[in-house]
Parts: sequence; C-alpha cells; structure tokens
Amino acid sequence: MNRRELGGVVLVAVVFGLLACLPLLKDASYLLSLSVEIAMYTVLATSWALFSGPTHYISLATAAFYGLGAYLVAAGINVFPYPVLVGLAGIAGGVLAALVGLATLRLSGVYFVIFTLGLAELIRQVVTWVQNNFTGSRGLYVLTNITQSIIFWELLALAALVFLVGWLVARSRLGFALRIIGNDELVAAHSGIHSAAAKLVLFVISGIFAALVGAVIAPRFTYIEPGIAFSPELSFQVVIMALLGGVHRLWGPLVGVIPFTLLWELIAAHFPTQTVLLLGLAFLLIVYFIPNGVVGGIESALERFRGSQRG
Amino acid sequence: MGERTVLELQAVSKRFGGLVAVDRLSFAVRENELLGLIGPNGSGKTTVMNLISGALAPSAGEIFLGERLISARPPRHIARAGVARTFQLVRLLPSLTVLENVMAGAVFGHKRLWGREARNHAARQLDRVGIGGAASLPTSALTYVDEKRIELARALASDPRVLLLDEWLAGLNPTELETGIGLIRSLREEGRTIIMVEHVMDAIRSLCDRCVVVSSGVKIAEGTPDDALSDQEVIRAYLGDENA
Repeated sequence: MNRRELGGVVLVAVVFGLLACLPLLKDASYLLSLSVEIAMYTVLATSWALFSGPTHYISLATAAFYGLGAYLVAAGINVFPYPVLVGLAGIAGGVLAALVGLATLRLSGVYFVIFTLGLAELIRQVVTWVQNNFTGSRGLYVLTNITQSIIFWELLALAALVFLVGWLVARSRLGFALRIIGNDELVAAHSGIHSAAAKLVLFVISGIFAALVGAVIAPRFTYIEPGIAFSPELSFQVVIMALLGGVHRLWGPLVGVIPFTLLWELIAAHFPTQTVLLLGLAFLLIVYFIPNGVVGGIESALERFRGSQRG
Repeated sequence: MGERTVLELQAVSKRFGGLVAVDRLSFAVRENELLGLIGPNGSGKTTVMNLISGALAPSAGEIFLGERLISARPPRHIARAGVARTFQLVRLLPSLTVLENVMAGAVFGHKRLWGREARNHAARQLDRVGIGGAASLPTSALTYVDEKRIELARALASDPRVLLLDEWLAGLNPTELETGIGLIRSLREEGRTIIMVEHVMDAIRSLCDRCVVVSSGVKIAEGTPDDALSDQEVIRAYLGDENA
C-alpha cells in the first residue's frame, strides 16, 4: 500500500466515523430515514456495479436477492435470533446467485437481462402462491425492537464491507481478469482466463450483498408482502443509480445514488402516482446523455482539459 | 532445430455442416522450428489455427502438445498448457493501457505471474518487440503496426511453448514489413517454436524452416519453402491448371 492509498483509507474511515454519529443528532428522524435509503441504495448499486461494471451484463435480479433476504427474516423472526437470520440470508443469496449464474451466465446480452427480470417475478409469484394456499395471509409481520438507528449502522457497516470487497477485487487477478473479459471475451479465453468462473464469483458477491441488505432492511417495513419485497422497481432503480454515477470506478455508483435518492423523495412526495413513468424517463435520459455516468463524464472532461494544456 | 516434437496434429478434420474445411490434416512441429502454414485463400489455414488454439473443436482427429492431448479442450486450458496466438484481425483490449494489454498474457497464460513481476515481465516484452516507450499509453494512440506489436508482446508474455501467428505481417507497408520480418527472425533465433500462417511469400522463403501447404483443407505438400513452393500441385493450387 503506498502513501496515497493509505491517505484514501484514512479519509474513508473518517467519513464513515462521522456518518456513524448521525443517529446521535437530536430531531434527525427525517434525515436519518433519508440516510437509511441512501445507505441502502449505495450498498445495492455498488455491489451491482462490481459485477455489471466490468462484465457489461445488466442484471435485473437485485429484487430477487433483496426480497429473498427480507422474506427469510420475516419468516424466521419468531424462531431464530435476528443475526442468525441475516447470516442465513447472505448464504441463501449467494446460493441463489450461484444457481442462477451457472444457468444463465452463458447467455449473452439481452437474454441475460430478461432472465434476471423474470427471476424476480417468478419468485414473487411463487411466494404469493405459497402464502395464498398455505399460510392464509398475504404478508408477514416483522415485529422487532430494531430501531432505525441500528438499521442505519448495519447498512453503514455493509457499505464499508462492499467498498472493501470491491477494493480487494480490483487489486486482484480476478479484477484484472474481469476487465479483460469486459473488453474482449475471446482474448480472455485465449489468455487462459476462466471467464465463466470469474463472472460467477462476482455475481455471487453481488447476490450476497443484495440479500444482506434485504435482511437488514426487513425490520423497517414491519409488514412485508411479495409486492414490496420483490418489487421490480427496485432492480431498475439500482441500475439507474449505478449508471448515473458511473460503473467504472468503485465510488461511481455512490455519485448516482445520492442525487437520485433525493430526487426520488421529491417525486414520491409530489407525484406519487407517476413514479414508474418518471423512472422510465430518467432511465432514457441517463442512457442517452450520460452513458458513462457522471464520473465517466467528469473524467473524460478532465482528460480533454489536460490534453489541451499539454497540447 | 531440436528433434523433439512439440505440437502434433493427427488426422484432424473440421466440418461446418456439409463443408469440410479441414480434411484429415496431419503435421508436426519440432522444437525451435518455424513452420509456415500456407495455401490459397479459403484453404482452411485460419481454421487450423483456431483448432490448435481451441477456438474451434475438431470434428475428428487429435492434437497433442508434447504428450498432452489438447484437442477439444477449452481455449483457456490450451493457453495455460503453452499455446499463445495472435489474431488475423488484431484484438487489443481498448480500455486497458498498452502495458496492461501485455500483462494479460503474463498473468493468466502459461507463465502466471502477478504484481510487480508481471509488470516487469510485460515491460520486457514491450522492449523485446521494440515499443518499450509506449507502456503507459492508451491503445487508441497506436499505429497499426504498433497494435500488431502489442498483440505479439501479449502472446510472448505467456512464454508459450508454441506461438501461433495468424497473418501477423498482413497489412504492413514495405518498411514495416522489413521490421516485422526482422522481429520474427529474431524470435526464431531465440529458439521460439512458431507456426505462422502467411501470404507474404518473401517472408515465407526467408523465415520458415519448413512449410505445410494446404488447399481446400487437404495437405498437398510439405518440406523446405523452396521444395514446397516449386511442387507442381502447389503451383496448380495457387495459379490454376493452365499455368502448371
């Protein structure tokens, strides 16, 4: 680790330390609730970008993993201690991602996108069917004494973890392999890279994180039903935020998450019935005008600026 | 030239539906040898390269690297076993720097280095092909011949037992061609084992130890370049019956 990297680590640690003090502020419940949203989407979008950034595989399965985590907690909260359930959710998310990955990572482009979207929908329908036929109720209560502050701290810890994992991956052979795969899969194979395995590992990592987020956030809902837990809107939002920020840098998605979450708050408050329409519109605008995200745009502008200075 | 056989094709065939692109082709490459694989357009040369590197699986027959059976193995296994290649149309990794492009060969191939070792090794390969100064440039800043050099450096970085050059000299201007031929000659003198698909006859005559001539997927001649190129059947294949 060189001096610059050490400085970066210290800075990140300080920022996380300050953020962790947020729940201690008085009368900050609105700010805290907003921060929970931001922390949640940061973990989801960053872990999504770990896989989709280098491989260019657009996964719409976030809601499937997230919903799985949330439902595991809801179903087991009266039987198991909460931390055990969070752990189980992570494992379940990883296993589901591995199964899906093995079946689908050979699919290319649009087939993969459709499959992942279908997966979340399939699980939602199965859960609904099971509940309608066997449990007699549509949803589940999640009654705990876990406060918003605890949820925020948990999400903050997950965010720190996802950045750590992303940083380690980027420095590893695996990260290098993924960059090569993203450029040219044929060259990757002829260089000796097992591309299916490399993609699978990253997909499993992103699945684990999404399931953990679902498990951590579940107590906040108090009542969970399939429509909330497996909402396809969530998958799209994660994709939009990550693309808005930029997926080529580890901290890129964060740059998209913050403004988008704030904007979303406004939209949900003022146009509650048009959210999906506006979501689609945002998607179009971002893909059309800032395909490399805000971070990518800034970087190429800087590059041009330096170029003109040199020239 | 060594006596040991490094790579051997035994009655290898490749069919695409009804089309037989390669028909029971057999030949062997010995250690330190530069073998030219030549033939008219569409004779199946690139298909042979793809069969050796694993991009395609043979419909019949076997390919051995030393004692190891490599036919029908995935390309990553063949690369790790020690076969490296360049592509007919250059394939660089555009979002990586020049040095990182070359590192791809050093990190995952036959050699498997990492960290500073891989970096230094890749830098040496860039020096080796004569563009050591370009290491930190993006690939978009390169000329065509330099792109070809990067690809060659990437293949060399894995320290392969067999190097496959698929028309590496194609598309170069006369000056570049001279440099390119010099570079391949120096690789041969280093003791590399190379299979080269090529159309540039001067290069074949001056570089190859032996030639295998294929036409419509069938081997029609084999021997030193002079012998092979003066073979009646070879002339007929290239120029048509009336000139033979």
